[in-house]
Amino acid sequence: MVRRTYWRAALAACVACAALVLGALAWAAWAPLGGGSRDELFEIPKGTYARRMAGNPVEILPDTIRLTLGVKDVLLLRNLDEVPQVFGPALIMPGQSFRLPFEVASTYSFACTAHASGQMNVIVQPGPSGPWQTLNWRVRQLLRRAS
Amino acid sequence: MKPLLAAVCIALGCAAVAAPAASAGLALKAGVFEPPRLAPELALRGSDGQELKLARYRGKAVLMSFGFSSCPAVCPTTLATLAQARKLMGPQADAVQVIFVTVDPERDDPARLKTYLSAFDPAFIGATGKPEALDAVRKAYGVSARKVAMSDGYLFDHSSSIFLIDPEGRLRGMMPYGREAKDFVHDVKLLLAK
Repeated sequence: MVRRTYWRAALAACVACAALVLGALAWAAWAPLGGGSRDELFEIPKGTYARRMAGNPVEILPDTIRLTLGVKDVLLLRNLDEVPQVFGPALIMPGQSFRLPFEVASTYSFACTAHASGQMNVIVQPGPSGPWQTLNWRVRQLLRRAS
Repeated sequence: MKPLLAAVCIALGCAAVAAPAASAGLALKAGVFEPPRLAPELALRGSDGQELKLARYRGKAVLMSFGFSSCPAVCPTTLATLAQARKLMGPQADAVQVIFVTVDPERDDPARLKTYLSAFDPAFIGATGKPEALDAVRKAYGVSARKVAMSDGYLFDHSSSIFLIDPEGRLRGMMPYGREAKDFVHDVKLLLAK
């Protein structure tokens, strides 16, 4: 009798979990993107200049940044250090931010002295269309945040 | 049970991939500096033969780009776009000043800049000066310029963004190369309305 009750409870828990999973996946696939922040943020932490001067290489901004139109299509660069920094395409003062929106899918190249190549690329891709692409995009974002 | 728990976490994580509210601020098409700072002053020679200072243009929106008159592609495209933007501004065009700062003082003297810029818009003003003065201006704005030797002379590999300065002389934004004239019109109108 006890065993039967246990299995019933376990089954109910499994069904509830499965429903939760399916519900969340359905939401992730069909709920429209947007409405939240479209900023892709990169920050120069305090002490970056001092670490560079001490001979420690500091890589904050990747050579290539990927953005998605309508979802994450604003490059937000913030300087939390105590000295002005050339960060991507802009000279940013301490405590200042630079917020650059994109409206056209394309590859943008900027002269950037902070990179060894002297160049930074921003690849702006079209936003996901359809439930599968939307779900795929959300999963990739989740994995990126987790890593 | 563990795989099920993992699936729940992933699913809920997916559902949670919606970020906080968009940040407020000036809704320019250009990149926006926040908080804005006073645009670094210029101490250069204008293509009108006068000393060129930004303070001269308080009350106007200033669009400032860096380049050189022998530039084969980027500078003419930028200047043509800015000329078109001024045309689109209509009567408000008088409230917009375009300044073109040379990175090539060796060839770009005031007279040459005046002739060159007049072909785009006679209201444009060029700025030149001693190499060290131009270096200082580029450094203050974070602009790079590198001389590249060619078989028939030299060119410059330089930053191609356009700086947006508001009527109070504050550096408000930076428009990347390649944007359309209507984007400049949109932003300048916002700057003038403030």
